[in-house]
Amino acid sequence: MCLKRMEAPLLRGTPLHPRTSQLCQAQNWRRWAGYVVAGSYELLHEREYFAIRTTAALIDVSPLYKYQVTGPDAERFLNRLIPRDVERCAVHQVLYTPWCDDAGKVIDDGTVARLDPDAFRLTSGEPNLRWLQDVAAGLAVTIGDISESLAALALQGPASREILQRLSDASLADLRFFRLTHALVAGIPTTITRTGYTGDLGYELWVEPDQAIPLWDRLTDAGAGYGLLPAGMLALDVARIEAGLPLIDVDYIPSNKALIEQQKSSPYELDLGWTVRLDKGPFVGRQALVAEEARGPAWRFTGLEVAWDSIEGLYAELGLPPALPLTAWRVSVPVYSKGEQVGYATSGCWSPILKRYIALAHLRSAWAEPGTELEMEVTVEHRRRRAAVRVVRKPFFDPPRKRALPGAEGVRGVSGSAPASGAPSGAGDAG
Amino acid sequence: MSPRHDVIVVGAGHNGLACAAYLARAGLRVLVVERREVLGGAAVTEESVPGFRFDSCAHRTGGLQPTLIRDLGLARHGLELRRPDPPVFVPTRDGAPLLIWTDPARTAGEIRRRSPADAERWSRFGMAARPAVRFLAQVRRMVPPDVPMEASRDLRALLGLLARLRYLGRRELGEVLRLLPMSAAELLDEWFESEPLRGVLAAPAVTGFFQGPRAAGTAYHLLGSLSPGPEVLRPTELVVGGTGRLTAALASAAQASGAEIRTGAEVGQIRTADGSATGVALVDGEEIAARRVVSNADPRRTFLQLVPPEALDPAFVRQVGHIRMRGAGAKVNLGLAELPRFTGAEGEPGLLAGLIRISPGLDHLEMAYDDAKYGGISRSPVLEAVLPSLTDSSLAPPGRHVMSVYVQYAPLDLREGAWDGARRDALGDLVVRTLAEYAPGFERSVLHRQVISPADLEETYGLSGGCAAHGEMALDQLFFMRPVPGWARYRTPVRGLYLCGAGAHPGGGVSAIPGTNAARAVLRDARREG
Amino acid sequence: MTRARPDAVIVGGGHNGLVNAAYLARAGLNVLVLERRHVLGGAAVTEEVFPGFRYCVCSYVVSLLRPEIIRDLDLARHGLEILPLESTFTPLPDGDHLVRWADHDRTRQEIHRHSHRDAEAYDEFGRLMVQLAMAVKPVLEMAPPDPASWRPRNLASMARLAGHFRGLGAEKLAALVKLMTMSSADFLDEWFETEALKATMSASGIIGTFLGPRSPGTAYVLLHHYMGEIDGAFRAWGFARGGTGAVSEAIASAARGFGARVRTEAPVERILTRGGRAVGVLLASGEEIEAPIVVSGVDPKRTFLDLLEPEDLPRDFVDAIRRFRIRGSSGKVNLALAGAPSFTALPGDGAHLRGAISISPTVEYLERAYDDAKYGAFSKRPYMDIVLPSMIDPGMAPPGRHVMSIFVQYAPYELDGGWNDARREAFGDAVIDTLCEYAPDLSDLILHRQVLTPADMEETFGLTGGNIFHGELSLHQLFFLRPAPGWADYRTPIANLYLCGSGAHPGGGVCGAPGRLAAARILRDRRR
Repeated sequence: MCLKRMEAPLLRGTPLHPRTSQLCQAQNWRRWAGYVVAGSYELLHEREYFAIRTTAALIDVSPLYKYQVTGPDAERFLNRLIPRDVERCAVHQVLYTPWCDDAGKVIDDGTVARLDPDAFRLTSGEPNLRWLQDVAAGLAVTIGDISESLAALALQGPASREILQRLSDASLADLRFFRLTHALVAGIPTTITRTGYTGDLGYELWVEPDQAIPLWDRLTDAGAGYGLLPAGMLALDVARIEAGLPLIDVDYIPSNKALIEQQKSSPYELDLGWTVRLDKGPFVGRQALVAEEARGPAWRFTGLEVAWDSIEGLYAELGLPPALPLTAWRVSVPVYSKGEQVGYATSGCWSPILKRYIALAHLRSAWAEPGTELEMEVTVEHRRRRAAVRVVRKPFFDPPRKRALPGAEGVRGVSGSAPASGAPSGAGDAG
Repeated sequence: MSPRHDVIVVGAGHNGLACAAYLARAGLRVLVVERREVLGGAAVTEESVPGFRFDSCAHRTGGLQPTLIRDLGLARHGLELRRPDPPVFVPTRDGAPLLIWTDPARTAGEIRRRSPADAERWSRFGMAARPAVRFLAQVRRMVPPDVPMEASRDLRALLGLLARLRYLGRRELGEVLRLLPMSAAELLDEWFESEPLRGVLAAPAVTGFFQGPRAAGTAYHLLGSLSPGPEVLRPTELVVGGTGRLTAALASAAQASGAEIRTGAEVGQIRTADGSATGVALVDGEEIAARRVVSNADPRRTFLQLVPPEALDPAFVRQVGHIRMRGAGAKVNLGLAELPRFTGAEGEPGLLAGLIRISPGLDHLEMAYDDAKYGGISRSPVLEAVLPSLTDSSLAPPGRHVMSVYVQYAPLDLREGAWDGARRDALGDLVVRTLAEYAPGFERSVLHRQVISPADLEETYGLSGGCAAHGEMALDQLFFMRPVPGWARYRTPVRGLYLCGAGAHPGGGVSAIPGTNAARAVLRDARREG
Repeated sequence: MTRARPDAVIVGGGHNGLVNAAYLARAGLNVLVLERRHVLGGAAVTEEVFPGFRYCVCSYVVSLLRPEIIRDLDLARHGLEILPLESTFTPLPDGDHLVRWADHDRTRQEIHRHSHRDAEAYDEFGRLMVQLAMAVKPVLEMAPPDPASWRPRNLASMARLAGHFRGLGAEKLAALVKLMTMSSADFLDEWFETEALKATMSASGIIGTFLGPRSPGTAYVLLHHYMGEIDGAFRAWGFARGGTGAVSEAIASAARGFGARVRTEAPVERILTRGGRAVGVLLASGEEIEAPIVVSGVDPKRTFLDLLEPEDLPRDFVDAIRRFRIRGSSGKVNLALAGAPSFTALPGDGAHLRGAISISPTVEYLERAYDDAKYGAFSKRPYMDIVLPSMIDPGMAPPGRHVMSIFVQYAPYELDGGWNDARREAFGDAVIDTLCEYAPDLSDLILHRQVLTPADMEETFGLTGGNIFHGELSLHQLFFLRPAPGWADYRTPIANLYLCGSGAHPGGGVCGAPGRLAAARILRDRRR
């Protein structure tokens, strides 16, 4: 009886599932927001990662939650919801932003795209319809959950512009970082945003679900000569850590999911203070954030770089070569200063491009200054040891092409990435 | 420039006026703004038909404090109260009415004809319930403490009450704690067997409450209808000249202390800046500034309509949205050519001067609720009627009478149809027909009829959901949970904005306690903050 | 075999009596359990009523059996295996369905199909429930203090309790108050809009009560579903391999292992007292058994009003026990089936048949079922909680065949005109007819049917009023008020007589907590 084939799949596939399931030779599937998506298409995710960094990669990001916000109070609503100033968001501009509860603790983060003066599209990592509707109480605004009626493909990597331009009827030459345009891509009506979760040059393409596979196929064809590859979650995870982008449920717990207070984080504690505009007027959480800004956040979210010699030494003591994580890890690891725990790292990986072992960590503010020398717990041959780490600025990797326009590339120099303190992180769109 | 008013009170219900009077008496410059042309909110007497003055909504007081009358000198301002005996007259279909007298022995005599066992238990019932009744009466007056309990004057007061209860003896405390969450039906099952008696005792346990007598928490209301004194049932207290006379006295007392009252002035928005109330904007565009604003409107209207959404935490707004405000009843006001001829009371108008209750039994009451539960009007409703013209003959033309009938259950949200004229008429017919079952020929004595449906209560009197109590008096919406947990002390998340209506502790009924307690909160803050 | 005089006799071999016996025996007492019937377990029995088919005659799921009891008594070694129930399946009259699965994503996806908002709310609701379950757990695990007592131990206990609740913080405390006082329907209305979800969840709040989903006081049972999560159990609801009787068997085996003796077919007629102390029991056979401690696993009414002389007890106490409400409201139908039934809403014999099946399409459906019962009739279209034990444990029925265990509510003990054979069958027909609306092929599959009314439960299992919880779980009959104010600590006005059944805190369900807490109380008293 129970051995019979199940009639319905246990979990949903995305609109691209028929295609990605053909391509996913590794049969490595992961869960994302109740969908199954490819973890990696090949047995090793390495090539997929390098496609993101050196050619171009196509990633199915359809499980993102998407909400349509329309109505005369749409701007007022968003200004109430998020700490950024929506009045300063031009039509066809996209904002990266967290949003908070009344205690100033982050519920989620995502992007807000202004389609029209009175129409926005919001993306998020977790479902937010209930909260959005609560915040909309009393306002002339309609919130539509369009998560299932909009598929999303991320085309990321240095070659992404050229590939996309081959199919797009709109010029991408002047599409700036965190801007959007509507275009026909291979004849398919598409909203193109110059956004992504890789910290590289890239685009996200938003289309009707039934157009997702044709679009994927045309992009695959167009990208063949450029080394375009489909990439899965494993490759994406490495890229986003290099870009210093926090991941919900991994790097922070949304405040409405936290069981205890100390599991919650404020935007300041997530290094997202640059999104908070305390002077723009009331928004949810403002009062708490005003107070926190005045006294300074208790925690910081920073980059850590593991000292290679230290790791090597720990292994060498046992007569072993250094072992590195094959994929990005997502377990919480204690961070110490002189034997005292001062924080914890929440994700980390070996950066194949930087040749560095990096991690994202929550540190008590006193230990969060770049350059601070700390120790992070590592397990070496069944034993807990501590490796030397140094606090560094995020993003770890920030190529100029991410935000540059064609022709301007390289003008700012290779290392023009490090933003001034308090400026946007990798996804940053401070404009 | 400092504003001309220290405090604006939004809404001139009896609580708003009591609050204004106390504030003005303490020297604050108070402005009361009322949407309607008449004062009183739901405690109002209106000449809806020439020559007949009706208590449109409330027709009796409920726990009006002697201290209020003394403090504000209400007698000087024309307030006169009456406590008729018998307080309750219960017509029955079998002929002999059941009379509940102030004197328990006399009542027991009435009950004995129906059940000797019940008669024997009448006084004992009153005695057994008294510690709980007294305890609850004291709790009703107090300001709910913060929860979780922080050391405060109010917490000490509550613990003091509990300790006193404990000193009464081991049983009393346990018994009070046992009674509170019970249903009226369970409590009555423990004491009485006679259906007419059970019905009449259970009726006040659900009056204004969208629940049947089998609902946990209704025993609390039953206890509220009992007397802390020897008379078992709490006396019926009527205002001479109609309930509107009480609000008139309150308004007069407030004005005498310097409060300004404006009618026909509807507030469109309570203005806030940086999390604090700064005044009100009237719908006609006029802006009135004040340091503090006190809202006598219900919590839903206050927070979901009057306060701009940006001033509130969405989680708080969600909580306010969850306050259950399902009105349970409607009002039918009648102009009568003569006194109703209730069987067994012919020629004895004195018997009818208190409440006339039609509630034939517990199951009857529960079945009346069953109808409402599924969005219908009770086919056989429960009535609470008063003949105010017996207390003050000037309310009706000579020889004529006014009768004020509260009818339950009549839900606002009908499953079929809406509260249109036909539905109103049908309800009026139902009430008259029901009364005629007990007072033969009653329908012929009806000269005028005014039906105030739950939709009218919402529309005309501003009671959200048609709920006169500004939020159902369910166990989870009382005391430190009223109107929402964390905000039971008359203050609100908007600094300088207070609630003074029935939506705050202790809730509905013409008691003026929320208004009095809110005034205390305002004064304490005013002294501290200037 | 004659043995030394027992240190304690336990009246009634239900699961609580057995748990009590096991703990006492483990502490070195010479314990004797006396069971009226030929089988142990009381209401937790498995019986082969129809050849080849093993029915969980009365109780049928193991939800709350305290994990510490399983550990303390090492019940796994005594054969207890609790298998998870995989899902809760609610077929709907319009052919749709709602299934809540063990897998979170799958459940969210299913709820999402009905309402996007509810799918989100479900997670947040679950988190609140876990927090509240943590808040309530210590209360369930303690012997209730008497708020009216001034003994130092009591005051300390009260202070601990007050501190505990204060420590919760305003938000959780308020949520707890709401949960304790609201109706499950109102409570769920604050969270959800999907009728089938609200109805199925609120149904758990009415099981065993004489209340409807809109009656205040029904919300807090919602918590029980989340208790398992904080006990480290993978899932809250389970089914014991071999049926509920296997739970009793395992506990009995553990008790015997500790040296307890168990006698069946030994009905107790009287609890013997001398000078206000319990001194033993008198069996129906005339045999007297002396013992310095008597523990009653039967319900409070039967214990105090039948097994004792009212003159032996204070009048107040007798009054309190008399007014203790114990109206049964449920019945049970057990079926032997030729094959697995197929539901129109989700045909076939898939995973949804390995969990609970709930006939609870809307809150109004449940409320109307309650309305019937309020006025003395059984529900024409009742609420049903169904399990197919043989889908989980094939040993319960011959290969390919199935047993179906149907818990039915409402069936009032005080039926208008009283229960008789004709009304029992009419009740059984109403159950089958209603069920056939959802699974039309069921009627052709029935090989045998057993119908138990509350009157039968009283008759067979000695449950006064047919109440499965030894007393209604209403607010004023819980915690320090259970079974009577001042007597919630398992002691009774008769010295050395204790209560260990569901009539004592924390009440009903196959949880064993009263038996365990009573044992702790007895052992403490004995040391003194």
